[in-house]
Amino acid sequence: MAIIEVDELRKRYGPSGPEAVSGVSFTVRRGEVFGLLGPNGAGKTTTIGALTTRVRPTSGRVAVDGIDVQRDPVAVKQRIAVVPQRPNLDRVLSALENLTFHAAYFGYSRGDRKRRALALLDEFGLAGREGDRVDNYSGGMAQRLMIARALMHRPHVLFLDEPTTGLDPQSRLFLWDQIERLRREGTTILLTTHDMAEADRLCDRIAIVDHGKRIALDTPAGLRDLLPGARGVELTVVHPSDPAPALAALGDVETSAQEAGRWHARLYGEVTPAQALAAVDRMGAEIVDLRRIEGTLEDVFVQLTGRDLR
Amino acid sequence: MSTASERAAATAGRGSPVAPEAPALSPRAATVRAFLALLERDAWVTFRRDLAAFLAQSLMQPLFFLFTFGRVLPEIGAAQGAYGKQLLPGILALTLVITALQNTSLPLVIEFSFTKEIEDRLLAPLPAALVGLEKIVFASLRATVAALLILPMAAVVLPGGVDLGSVSWLGFLALLVMGSLAGASLGMVLGTAVPPNRINVVFAVFLTPLIFTGATFYPWQALDGLRWFQVITLINPMTYVSEGMRSALTDGPTLATGWIALGIVAATVAFAALGLKGFLRRAVD
Ligand SMILES: Nc1ncnc2c1ncn2[C@@H]1O[C@H](COP(=O)(O)OP(=O)(O)O)[C@@H](O)[C@H]1O
Ligand SMILES: [Mg+2]
Repeated sequence: MAIIEVDELRKRYGPSGPEAVSGVSFTVRRGEVFGLLGPNGAGKTTTIGALTTRVRPTSGRVAVDGIDVQRDPVAVKQRIAVVPQRPNLDRVLSALENLTFHAAYFGYSRGDRKRRALALLDEFGLAGREGDRVDNYSGGMAQRLMIARALMHRPHVLFLDEPTTGLDPQSRLFLWDQIERLRREGTTILLTTHDMAEADRLCDRIAIVDHGKRIALDTPAGLRDLLPGARGVELTVVHPSDPAPALAALGDVETSAQEAGRWHARLYGEVTPAQALAAVDRMGAEIVDLRRIEGTLEDVFVQLTGRDLR
Repeated sequence: MSTASERAAATAGRGSPVAPEAPALSPRAATVRAFLALLERDAWVTFRRDLAAFLAQSLMQPLFFLFTFGRVLPEIGAAQGAYGKQLLPGILALTLVITALQNTSLPLVIEFSFTKEIEDRLLAPLPAALVGLEKIVFASLRATVAALLILPMAAVVLPGGVDLGSVSWLGFLALLVMGSLAGASLGMVLGTAVPPNRINVVFAVFLTPLIFTGATFYPWQALDGLRWFQVITLINPMTYVSEGMRSALTDGPTLATGWIALGIVAATVAFAALGLKGFLRRAVD
């Protein structure tokens, strides 16, 4: 069942500006980790804004948990949490107070706020720093604190806008673990990123957006299949003659001769390494190297969105 | 990797095990709680974090006005000894309106543009307009506290002290509430009307005339001989607050109560509507 629905969303900032989002539709299932991928300016943050009451759609409908965001923003806000692209911590408050007041806004009692805040600070590696002013926090710490804050009121849906941009590798791995844990616990997550490895690893499904339009929507594996000739096997063999005829039965073949009687062959199609090995065996060639060809998500992304700088 | 449906079934322990289930509040109940929690946050910040800054910011200017105009000028013979009695209501109004105005507009500018910290409050479960209203209400509370602190200060500074014998307490209370709300609403208009980097210009252009045309340093009636200026001062909402204070604290002649009430209420309603509209324009793109 869909917990997030975006239907023909359009957004134009100001009466004369260009459309930031022009007719995007997708749904996110309960418990899913859904990725919104796209270059800078693609409309990712605007889409999240519309879902989180911060952007008024020019047209189209967005709903969370079946509730129209425009019609009942308060009920939507009760169910969601947002970790924004840029830090927005309450800078006059300490780290602990950032969490406790956030929980207060959501109606938690004094005792519950403090208990939960301390537990989350501990979980996010911030124990011992709870009294610090957030001004003194590093970028990674601030990011972790914002995620802890988002979890204070146990949201059903968590929006993460470029959560790992600018983080060091440790913080990034930590965040990935947290996202996987939240997924196991049933939280629906919508995240934006332009890190393909991240999207590939975390997301159940991915929508690629560019210039305010959705240009693809699939599982990471499904997206990789979009690249023409993206699958197959690449091998190097020693054989007196061109191995192309012997391999042609398995799929499309490209070969090239190399020094010392070696041949390099690329076999495209649904070929398993075992099938390729068997064919090499049959022709009496010696195998030197074998590698699976798999388009990366990065290739797909560049193929779909082009190489222009944004 | 688990499938989505398996995951949906495993929703039992969302968040940390020590966490209680989120309070299941109706949107209306959630709104009330959130509004109170926003006030609680602001009160915490005021009293635990920047009490000294708050007091300095709101009391220094009135203190020096009281001292210079109420004490120094009479002593060097540049004003009559009883001038302080006319001055005090004006300074109370000034403190009330200016403190409320600044405590709304300045935080708004900072929280919307530089720190973005208002975002977390805009995601709290209450309508965005109420986040703005809370700003107005809290700034009014701060201004009321500041105005009340003027009384003991004046008792020390003014040569004649403060005579509360003929005070109309009900009127004084109503003026504290309405005068600060008017100032805070005006602050919200100024704080949301211009880009943040222009707020200094706005303050320079609006604040000084507001202070000096608000019947602050003289009763409005005394301007009878300067008719054109007397009429102009009626545009300034502070005129009504000053005259109201004068009417509540002294028994000299003032603007009629009806005009005072009308002036303050009309200004408050108009500025609050305009200010909240500006706030929403900032809060929701
Ligand atoms: N508040 C705003 N006012 C005007 N234009 C905006 C605003 N926010 C975003 N835009 C424009 O809308 C487009 C999409 O922006 P955004 O949603 O932030 O993209 P992304 O998050 O994918 O980088 C960009 O061209 C951006 O300049
Ligand atoms: Mg963005």
